[in-house]
Amino acid sequence: MVENKGKSQKEKGKSQVKIEVKELNIWFGKVLALKSLNLEIQSNEILGVIGPASSGKTSFLRQLNRLNELEAGFRMEGEVLLDERDICRIKPEHLRKNIGMIFALPQVLPISIYDNVVYGVRMHDGKSKSELDAIVEDSLKASFLWDEVKDRLKEFATKLSGGQQQRLCISRTLAVRPEVILFDEPCSGLDPISTAKVEESMLRLKEQYTIVLVTNNTKQAARVADRTAFFLMGELIEIDKTHKIFTAPQDKRTEDYIQGRFG
Amino acid sequence: MKTTTKQKIAFSILFLCTIIVVLPVLFVLGVIIKNGAKGISWQFLTTMPSDGMRQGGIYPAIVGTLYLVSLSIVFSLPVGVMAAIYLNEYAKDNLLTRLIRLAIVNLAGVSSVVYGLFGLALFVTFMKFGVSILSGALTLAIMNLPVIITASREALASVPYSFREVSLSLGLSRWQTIRHSVLPFAIPGILTGAILSLARAAGETAPILFTVAAFYLPNLPVSVFDQAMALPYHLYIISTQIPNISIQTRYATAFVLVGIVFTMNIIAVILRSRLRKKKKW
Ligand SMILES: Nc1ncnc2c1ncn2[C@@H]1O[C@H](COP(=O)(O)OP(=O)(O)OP(=O)(O)O)[C@@H](O)[C@H]1O
Ligand SMILES: [Mg+2]
Repeated sequence: MVENKGKSQKEKGKSQVKIEVKELNIWFGKVLALKSLNLEIQSNEILGVIGPASSGKTSFLRQLNRLNELEAGFRMEGEVLLDERDICRIKPEHLRKNIGMIFALPQVLPISIYDNVVYGVRMHDGKSKSELDAIVEDSLKASFLWDEVKDRLKEFATKLSGGQQQRLCISRTLAVRPEVILFDEPCSGLDPISTAKVEESMLRLKEQYTIVLVTNNTKQAARVADRTAFFLMGELIEIDKTHKIFTAPQDKRTEDYIQGRFG
Repeated sequence: MKTTTKQKIAFSILFLCTIIVVLPVLFVLGVIIKNGAKGISWQFLTTMPSDGMRQGGIYPAIVGTLYLVSLSIVFSLPVGVMAAIYLNEYAKDNLLTRLIRLAIVNLAGVSSVVYGLFGLALFVTFMKFGVSILSGALTLAIMNLPVIITASREALASVPYSFREVSLSLGLSRWQTIRHSVLPFAIPGILTGAILSLARAAGETAPILFTVAAFYLPNLPVSVFDQAMALPYHLYIISTQIPNISIQTRYATAFVLVGIVFTMNIIAVILRSRLRKKKKW
């Protein structure tokens, strides 16, 4: 089923707009976290989002699955369209099933590996034990974790290493069968080898999913992103093909940031 | 003065204070055990009192206390936990919520005799339950609500916020999130609070004085509308109202009461340490 969904997305054409953000403003209390943001995310691309601390990257990401709404003092203007539908008109549960999220720290729950993977999908529709087993295997294979954990699915997920935990979180999100996956600095706590594995799974996943990758590691964006957006103080400064951003940025500030001349 | 000497003095004072807290408890326990242990027998625990309560056992008082305590938890646990869920998970931080929180904190400090009078007015008289197990259990339940709500809220608040975010981000509804990602991890803490409040309910005299407790009943209660004897009240009676009763009977009764309360507290402590060990976040 995972593959079917991917194919149908692909068949519709390569550069189809998956998400469109129009004149988006976000406030938390008095803080204006995003200023008149306009951008498009294509199907099956990895969009990298880079920028210094407090530039609004996380706020942008959490707007796409409407997690911002949980914050006190949150207010927004503008529109976010998923497949041309205003996300504010979609039930949050439904939207979040379609737009999965991976957090900066691996957020595994203190239950077994198996239970972690089926955590979301189990609630959604009555699936039989064998269907769940199949989903667990598929999802763990997709995040390249299956071989490492297939004999210890009943063990506590908290026993896994940080990198394994993060890949487990990816499996858990995949199990719900989203179309878009949001990554918020998914490798910030990981060593280079674990990071490489997570990046490898991202590159593989983009065949079937649309991915937004927020990262504070510009090299990571250069390695995996098809296009890259540079945020600064709540504003989108520049968005373009990744190699262009890194070789010939249009804006001076982008160049400064990439060359490490920013805090 | 050298810092090490200062430190030694500080630690000695702290240790002394601890001793001051613990000594009376040990002393009371010692006296009760010394005078009461010999009076404990199977017969004492399982027979009715006789000869104006000078002879026989305290069976009806034990049964009465167990009835009261279990019925009160049936009322207070669900209500308390649901109120705590509302306050911790749903309630917006506005004036009303803050007033409710303040009220709960204050209710926890109200003296138990006030609850007794409240129970008399509301359950016995106004709702016409009469002097009965039902009235007594409801009164104890009301008295325990603030404790259970506070303990449950703390247990809920100690579940990391990220669990909720993960759950919501996977498309679970807010209720599913609470039901499956928050409550299961809060339950040990909630239970600890519940058991501690039970122990308090078992030992209190004032709330049951006007609402359920009987001086002496020849038969065990058969329904929740019957009166019942209860351990703390029984102890009060045989210590003050009945002349020529052996010291040993009094202390043995105290021994049983303290034993029940102690057992409950120990269960709570064990539960809590289990929880700490299992806690992996
Ligand atoms: N819940 C909130 N309440 C108040 N202010 C917030 C909240 N979330 C974000 N902000 C503010 O919005 C601005 C953007 O924050 P955001 O977390 O999106 O930045 P970021 O680019 O992800 O930074 P970092 O690289 O440090 O993660 C910051 O000024 C921040 O203080
Ligand atoms: Mg961030």
